[in-house]
Amino acid sequence: MFRTALRNVLAHKGRLLMTALAIMLGTAFVAGTMVFSDTLGQAMKNSYSKSYSDVSVQVTDYSAGSKAGSRDKSGRGSAKLTDATVKQIAGLPGTERAQGVVSGFTAVADKKGKLIGEAWSATGSNFVPDASGQDSRYPMTEGRGPQKAGEIALDKEAAAKGGYHVGDTVRTAATGPASNAVLTGIFTTGDPQVRSGGTLTLLDTASAQQQLLTPGQYSSITVKAKPGTSETALLDEVVKQLPGDGNGNGNGSRFQTETGTTLTEQQTTMVAQQTDSMKTMLLVFAAISLFVGIFIIANTFTMLIAQRTKELALLRAVGASRRQVTNSVLVEALLIGALASAAGLLAGIGIGAGMQALVGSLSSGMPTGPLVVSPTAMIVAPVVGILVTVLSAVFPALRASRIAPVAAMSNGDQPASQKSLLIRNIIGSLVAGGGLALVAMGASTGDSSGRLPVGLGAALALVGIFVLLPLLSRPVIALVGPLLSKLAGTPGKLARQNAVRNPRRTAATAAALTIGLTLVSALTVLGASVSGAVDKAVTSSMKADFAVQMANGMTMTPELAAQIGKAPGVAAASPLTEVYWDVNGDTSPVDGVDPATVDQLIKPKMISGSADALTKGQILITSDYAKKSGLAVGSVAKVSEYSPQGKQEPAGLTVGGVYESNAMLSSVLASNTEVTKREPDADIRQVLVKGTDGPTAALQQAVKDATGSNPAVEVQTKQDIQDQFNKIITFALNMMYGLLAMSVVVAVLGVVNTLAMSVFERKREIGMLRAIGLDRSGIKRMVRLESVVISLFGATVGVLLGCFMAWAVNGTLESSMPGLATVVPYGKMLVFLLLAGLVGLVAAIWPARRASKLDILDSIKTS
Amino acid sequence: MTSTTATAVRTGQAAARATGLNKVYGEGETRVVALDDVSVVFPQGRYTAIMGPSGSGKSTLMHCMAGLDTVSSGSSMIGETELVGLKDKQLTKLRRDHIGFIFQAFNLLPTLTALENITLPMDIAGRKVDQRWLDTVVDTVGLSGRLSHRPSQLSGGQQQRVACARALAGKPDIVFADEPTGNLDSRSGAEILSFLRNSVRELGQTVVMVTHDPVAASYADRVIFLADGRIVDELEGPTADSVLDRMRRFDAKGRTS
Repeated sequence: MFRTALRNVLAHKGRLLMTALAIMLGTAFVAGTMVFSDTLGQAMKNSYSKSYSDVSVQVTDYSAGSKAGSRDKSGRGSAKLTDATVKQIAGLPGTERAQGVVSGFTAVADKKGKLIGEAWSATGSNFVPDASGQDSRYPMTEGRGPQKAGEIALDKEAAAKGGYHVGDTVRTAATGPASNAVLTGIFTTGDPQVRSGGTLTLLDTASAQQQLLTPGQYSSITVKAKPGTSETALLDEVVKQLPGDGNGNGNGSRFQTETGTTLTEQQTTMVAQQTDSMKTMLLVFAAISLFVGIFIIANTFTMLIAQRTKELALLRAVGASRRQVTNSVLVEALLIGALASAAGLLAGIGIGAGMQALVGSLSSGMPTGPLVVSPTAMIVAPVVGILVTVLSAVFPALRASRIAPVAAMSNGDQPASQKSLLIRNIIGSLVAGGGLALVAMGASTGDSSGRLPVGLGAALALVGIFVLLPLLSRPVIALVGPLLSKLAGTPGKLARQNAVRNPRRTAATAAALTIGLTLVSALTVLGASVSGAVDKAVTSSMKADFAVQMANGMTMTPELAAQIGKAPGVAAASPLTEVYWDVNGDTSPVDGVDPATVDQLIKPKMISGSADALTKGQILITSDYAKKSGLAVGSVAKVSEYSPQGKQEPAGLTVGGVYESNAMLSSVLASNTEVTKREPDADIRQVLVKGTDGPTAALQQAVKDATGSNPAVEVQTKQDIQDQFNKIITFALNMMYGLLAMSVVVAVLGVVNTLAMSVFERKREIGMLRAIGLDRSGIKRMVRLESVVISLFGATVGVLLGCFMAWAVNGTLESSMPGLATVVPYGKMLVFLLLAGLVGLVAAIWPARRASKLDILDSIKTS
Repeated sequence: MTSTTATAVRTGQAAARATGLNKVYGEGETRVVALDDVSVVFPQGRYTAIMGPSGSGKSTLMHCMAGLDTVSSGSSMIGETELVGLKDKQLTKLRRDHIGFIFQAFNLLPTLTALENITLPMDIAGRKVDQRWLDTVVDTVGLSGRLSHRPSQLSGGQQQRVACARALAGKPDIVFADEPTGNLDSRSGAEILSFLRNSVRELGQTVVMVTHDPVAASYADRVIFLADGRIVDELEGPTADSVLDRMRRFDAKGRTS
């Protein structure tokens, strides 16, 4: 039987080509993902482990500096790392060297005043010269390190991007106003963040402390042990030197202390987590491609077996058992799977190498390393490919074994009658109906508790719809029938009838596209809905003309906020502060505003009470929060600042009003007076500005100037805010589209495959049509239209299903995203359908050509 | 449109004509001469049968004269149109508008109803169906009650009658039938043959039929005998016996040579 299987594979090389390609692409995707993420992970690991080679123990104050989140800050105590701490640690017997490190956000402007690099990775630190005036962490390639205020050094990459040379004047800014400094040196560093594109600005320690922290404060201390002192022993000693938190808690309790080994391990774990999550995401998309492939493989084998009925019956007639027939088909699948997977593995390694080169060339800072082809990848990818192929062939193989030996004697015509779809339809209806009901149920919950039913229901509905596709094919395709006949005459009519003549085959072919289109349209609708909600929130709640904020969403200094308020042309301005408080026992984000100007800047839609209550030191809450917490106008909330040292004495704050939930505002609104009373250095997230003459360009410039042309400050209009959100969503969507493109490619192969086989089976009909006068272009048109009809059918079902799924997911998000409503971008959906039609046309190119080139006499004679 | 007035029998004028037709397959050692200088005229309004042993070239002759196959040299005409040298597109149009085909294996489209199959050539051409003519044809083949059936719901004989109706529905200048009874039982075969004869006698059609069955040939007005790619004989007003007789002589010759 093995020989028969081998012969069959060889005999049907051409017809199996598309199947093999589909398997190959799926396997290549899997292998490529594994190779790429392993390689990248290894390279990042290497790069990070270098950066801790000089550190035995590190003490970190995570609440210090501008990079600390408002959550960290809300929980901080009063203790600080100071020069005294550094000296104490330096004096320990096991310490060879202790360095106080200052670190925080520092933006560097290029010569045009624009920010160099990305705001999130723009860092400033202190230069600590040793006796020779060098800092071993930052070897200077040009000039010298900064020694006094007004001097800075830049990393080589940043200096090159800004076009700066030693001696130039450079504009930099931390969270306060921008200032000018002289560039005294350019250095290189092994800091992984800098190597991956971040900028690093070095200042002398005093200036760094003043600009990034508070004078005399450090954000961390790195300690190097003397030879012979173990890291852990040193750690124990170091902890004893750390100040208590000022609340009666023990030494160092509010600082993070780690050994160099731990730090390296943590970095390694973090890198592994990052690459793992990237790998998982890519593998999900690879799995989708493979899943699509299943339909194609199953379809191919079904068609091959139908064509080979006589042959298989003959095998049975001469004494082969059912099992042998089944096995011969499975062995055939195994052979193709093995060949295609091997090719896929090779292609995958190529893809991995290509991706690595691409990433390397796109961002010069990305760590690179040798290509890592792990044994896991070598084994998993081919095994997955072979398993998918063989499993897909199981049903066709079983069907093959049921062919009666007597079929060998019947004439060669394909059996016209088809097995009833009744049972299939009943099962499909039950599964799809149950799934849709579950989804609807989950969607109606309105919060995250609906996620499980929606997820489960979506999966069931998808399976159910696939089972029902053959049933759906007739009515759906009948809809376009009249149009086809009108547009394309007889070829159009024939195309439509060919498309529905074998519903199972049409369904299996279309299903491949349905999967892709379901995902694509669901994501698109979700994206549009979310950005719609953001747009609505911005337009409905923001009365201010401009929102001023740091490019990376960090806090602003109160001085900067004050300067913005004084810019010419500003009618009203208010800092928007953000703190985390304990409200009635739950941690809640609280926004602070200036009550005097709030009505000019934001307009929370009041449901009850009044926004004026803020002036009386009362708080406002959202309707959702009111529902959740049971608070209402007039009730008193117990509020205390969130603190790791346990509850501060809570103070009662009266709820003065309830406003409609809104994506732009937190669930609790208080006056800045109330906020700063409790937290003097609360985060200033934004400064809202209203101009005397509205949102003019002049005002925008004036505000920008007021910040000292700080490169890290953004002055955004409502439109800018919307665009910023939309850009993020568009980027995410485009990435998803790109990854789903692979499954669409596989689906196209499926359409090509089905068409090619259909053309082969209908050779005689095509010959007859040619004989009685359908010309070559007519035949081509017929095949092409059939392809377009099948593709559109699959796409239409997919788009509808996708919209439904997105609606359901939106239902579960309602509570976490107020104002979220399902928005269907009809234009985009139409584009998807048109693209699907185009996909159909492209897939038909080769089969249509083949059909039109068939020799008339040859075709008629085939029986 | 240059269609002939179908009811007027204009015997004598050629519906199709071949002059010095040669068809050669392969080259050198494998060279096979399928048609060797064949000249023949199929007059309008006549029912002609082409007979001959297998490999005599009878099907090739038909294919070449029907514009389904190319010739090596010589001339082949349908009415006044020379087929040799026509491009595929022109040939297709010629077949569509001027020739009807009946094949051995019914060759109907399973997705279309009987009626749709019958009007298919006209639908392809985008031509309007002559309803009266269509009714006449459908009546003659006796399919009136089954026009909405699909081929799978019809018997072999009925399917071939649909094929006949399709060949005639467009009022072609000539109908070529390739072993039309080859796949039928004798009763259904006889029905098809009488139908073809009636279409010539009563409807004034021109039919050329390739067959190897002497009984089938006896329905024709004239039989042409082919052997080794040449026309070796012809018989006017054949009977099954006379045809069989003539065929036996091929066999005898085959056995003695």
